[in-house]
Amino acid sequence: MSIDNATVAAIARLARIHVPEDDRANLARELSNILTWVERLGEVDTEGVAPMTSVVEVALPRRADAVTDGGAADDILANAPQRDDGFFVVPKVVE
Amino acid sequence: MAEGLLIEGRTGDWEMVIGLEVHAQVISKAKLFSGASTRFGAAPNSQVSLVDAAMPGMLPVINAYCVEQAVRAGLALKSRINLFSVFDRKNYFYPDLPAGYQISQYSQPIVGEGDIVLDLEGGATRTVGITRLHLEQDAGKSLHDRGPAATHVDLNRSGIALMEIVSEPDLRSAEEAGAYMRKLRSILRYIGACDGNMEEGSLRCDANVSVRRPGEAYGTRCEIKNLNSVRFVMRAIDYEARRQIEVIEDGGTVALETRLFDSEAGVTRAMRSKEEAHDYRYFPDPDLLPLVLDQAWVDEIKAALPELPDDKKARFIGDYGLSAYDAGVLVAEKDVADYYETAAQGRDAKLAANWVTSELFGALNKAGLDIAHAPVSAAALGGLIGLIADGAISGRMAKDVFAEMFETGKEAAAIVEAKGLRQVSDEGAIEAVVDRVIAENPAQAEQCRAGNQKLAGWFVGQVMRATQGKANPKLVNEILRIKLSG
Amino acid sequence: MTPDLTGLTGLTGLTLAEARAGLEKGAFSSRELTAAHIEAMAAGRGLNAFITETPERALEMADASDARRRAGEAGPMEGVPIAVKDLFCTEGVRTTAGSRILESFVPPYESTVTANLWRAGAVMLGKTNMDEFAMGSSNMFSFAGPAINPWRRQGDRTGADGRPLVPGGSSGGSAAAVAARLAPGAIGTDTGGSIRQPASFCGVVGLKPTYGRCSRWGIVAFASSLDQAGPLARTVRDCAIMLGAMAGHDAKDSTSVDRPVPDYEAALAGDIKGLRVGIPSEYRVDGMPDEIERLWRRGVAWLEERGAEVGDVSLPHTKYALPAYYIIAPAEASSNLARYDGVRYGLRVPSDDLTEMYEKTRSAGFGAEVKRRVLIGAYVLSAGYYDAYYLKAQKVRSLIAGDFRQAFETVDVVLTPTTPSPAFAVGEKTDDPIAMYLNDVFTGPASLAGLPAISVPAGLSEEGPPLGLQLIGRPFDEETVLRAARALEQAAAFDAMPQGLG
Repeated sequence: MSIDNATVAAIARLARIHVPEDDRANLARELSNILTWVERLGEVDTEGVAPMTSVVEVALPRRADAVTDGGAADDILANAPQRDDGFFVVPKVVE
Repeated sequence: MAEGLLIEGRTGDWEMVIGLEVHAQVISKAKLFSGASTRFGAAPNSQVSLVDAAMPGMLPVINAYCVEQAVRAGLALKSRINLFSVFDRKNYFYPDLPAGYQISQYSQPIVGEGDIVLDLEGGATRTVGITRLHLEQDAGKSLHDRGPAATHVDLNRSGIALMEIVSEPDLRSAEEAGAYMRKLRSILRYIGACDGNMEEGSLRCDANVSVRRPGEAYGTRCEIKNLNSVRFVMRAIDYEARRQIEVIEDGGTVALETRLFDSEAGVTRAMRSKEEAHDYRYFPDPDLLPLVLDQAWVDEIKAALPELPDDKKARFIGDYGLSAYDAGVLVAEKDVADYYETAAQGRDAKLAANWVTSELFGALNKAGLDIAHAPVSAAALGGLIGLIADGAISGRMAKDVFAEMFETGKEAAAIVEAKGLRQVSDEGAIEAVVDRVIAENPAQAEQCRAGNQKLAGWFVGQVMRATQGKANPKLVNEILRIKLSG
Repeated sequence: MTPDLTGLTGLTGLTLAEARAGLEKGAFSSRELTAAHIEAMAAGRGLNAFITETPERALEMADASDARRRAGEAGPMEGVPIAVKDLFCTEGVRTTAGSRILESFVPPYESTVTANLWRAGAVMLGKTNMDEFAMGSSNMFSFAGPAINPWRRQGDRTGADGRPLVPGGSSGGSAAAVAARLAPGAIGTDTGGSIRQPASFCGVVGLKPTYGRCSRWGIVAFASSLDQAGPLARTVRDCAIMLGAMAGHDAKDSTSVDRPVPDYEAALAGDIKGLRVGIPSEYRVDGMPDEIERLWRRGVAWLEERGAEVGDVSLPHTKYALPAYYIIAPAEASSNLARYDGVRYGLRVPSDDLTEMYEKTRSAGFGAEVKRRVLIGAYVLSAGYYDAYYLKAQKVRSLIAGDFRQAFETVDVVLTPTTPSPAFAVGEKTDDPIAMYLNDVFTGPASLAGLPAISVPAGLSEEGPPLGLQLIGRPFDEETVLRAARALEQAAAFDAMPQGLG
């Protein structure tokens, strides 16, 4: 699969990473090379093979419904780049 | 397809096609994947664990009770329980979605197809398909009006368990959508899986609406997000369907888009922030393993389910002889149904139904109370109904007694006794009064005997007045009829 | 080597087991042992092995340890200082994951694995350098600059063409610190080879336990279905000691397995007579240097001499492991790294517009390799490509796990080289991501299958720097892996010292 500059821009947008226009061609080439390399998986016959869903063969552990956490707003907010009155603050979102 | 459900446009009839996605907050003490509390209304970010804030290295562990609640809901919706289900990550960026993904269930939900019976106008019913029910986390809350240039984020809600319940596009009118919401809420409350409180956001609805010419293929749909009352669901759908019809009849095409309902203006508007096509990049959450359920465990939950509204309704019709309409009204809320059954215990069941649906509901409504806070207990109302059935008080007098019970919380018998309201059913005593009244009004008696029926009623009034309303009206009528017959 | 137990410099030459023995005998205190390593850490700053040194905390912990020992409450690692990869969250101590985006992040919590180590009595020297978010095989992709391998190419006093060698990655700082005697042991994480490959490059032992053996709680996630914490130390015994302290069930990690932690050190006691060792021919890859082939054959001979039965096994899907890995790991990473958005912690590049804030923050906060992998990951999961890439890769992963399952029906361990080459120089292989990815060609398969695997130093390359051999075992059979590794270690008698001890 060859990725073009527009595709780089689109995935960069999806991943919320700013990629300057000048860097797109180089990145497109790198990503295309990687994709071409991983596409050798196409040689493998996976007809009827189930995808791996878990590495460990155990049941999903379930915890009891009890309040054991919370009440530490200071810890939660301690590393926040911007906060106000107990809230995290971000640039205004328009809905 | 009922003819009456079509909407008339300028160019002919149209049919609405509606499917609802309901997010129901699961009743649990702690969140779906963390031990933080789910209590409503706490100080911002005070009910947030490191997991809910998506701090680096934090991992989810599922709440067993939330799984049980989802299974219970699935069973109550007569749906297939999937013994193998998978949690996926739904990836998108939003400030109140801390991890940048929501843990949800995409291709393998915990509950598959089922159905729900709608109770419509006049006791009619209609069955609507449930597509699926899955468990997922709620996001936090973004407040856009606390500052001019800023959005404030509170993560207290982040991570609370939701059940997303998706209907088939089987609904054909705003009324049906309303009935669906009411019935779904009723079922979820019956089983204690969701409190159904739409004001607090424990039940939220996204409506997918499209229109088509009857019999034709589905049209392009719009999704109306975050409707938080049954009334808004219905109004938004009505508006949206008419808007789409207008667009098409004006020669335009409906755009596939997400819209918001402006409840003040009563209109839907395209959302600005979600213009970009979404690509959620779902994949199985590698921090969790597939959820595998044991059939025996599911069977246990099924066996322990309470009687559900449809079964209760059928029983009320069969055992109590109620109309489908009355039965439907009484079973809508489990508390009401329980109240009714207690009040009707050993009494005239139809009379009890009338008292609950008219007097009690009227008084509660007026006082702004719900049934859990009714000043008249079910047993007390039963006592009142007993007095009516025994002929101890008249129906008319019972209303006054009820009003006083509602006011004071006293038992009916005590009020009747204290006020000497016990109905007189002693034929001899009534006859004596009747004789006296006739004797005092010879002219009227003459006219009455001559056939003036109006005066018959007047005489009843006079007798009742003379007995301070305590005379058994049935006996009064009977005796007057004999005494005044030509 | 006879360690000098009296002088401080001698203390840094001790293995972890020797240090523990000295502490038990009262030959020196934890404070003395720790101070010696703090001094070494300062002297070895040229290696850039640490992102954050925590000498004050180390001495406090050492004093507390000495007090516990006096009170007769010594744990299994009592008083031993270790280095911690900067991927483990440490309460009150900056944790960067080698990324600018977390440059000033101070976790209010302690990872389960480090908490277990402190409970066992260990002392923290500092947080080691690493490839950003554990993505890399060179340690060149760190916001703090590359860590340096203390080994040098022969006849080259400063490194290749004047350039130093890389320690490998992503746990490069941990491997370099242990090799250079800045710490007797260190912990790392391994996603596709991030413990074993740097261990091999730096001439130390590195163990990746079975997936689920050590809790992932509090470890900054790279690829959740692959990440696993493990020890790096100078001997197999030291790794066994450390694993015993690190491992165990954790109810906070749904993928952590609830089974008892065996006495790994005791498991070293037995011999390997009758141990069935498998040699997978598929690991004989194109262009593999002769010296790697010879090293591998030497490994076979060593094990046979000690009574092992060596035979061929087939792992037919080996060559597809890396392509599958480079779909699965970036896919998971693209999602795991979405939380670094400048909202709750970490770097924020301010903007009036939310989307611009996200994009500028993540662009400034992530390095080139992380961006590449996040973009690849987003791409392979995106609508229309999921089945062709991600789903296909997970199916191939099933086949790879199946290959191992079948092999382990006839053998107890699999022996392979750890890396296809010795350490390369800083700046090499940087222009071609795939050339860099190929470093993990021998380590990736066991990661995909979740199996325990260890790298043991087995000799020096012709160029000078060391080479390792890898042993892969059955799930949760670290005991057999360690016992076989011990046999290999004894046979190899690797006692060469790196030149750049600082």
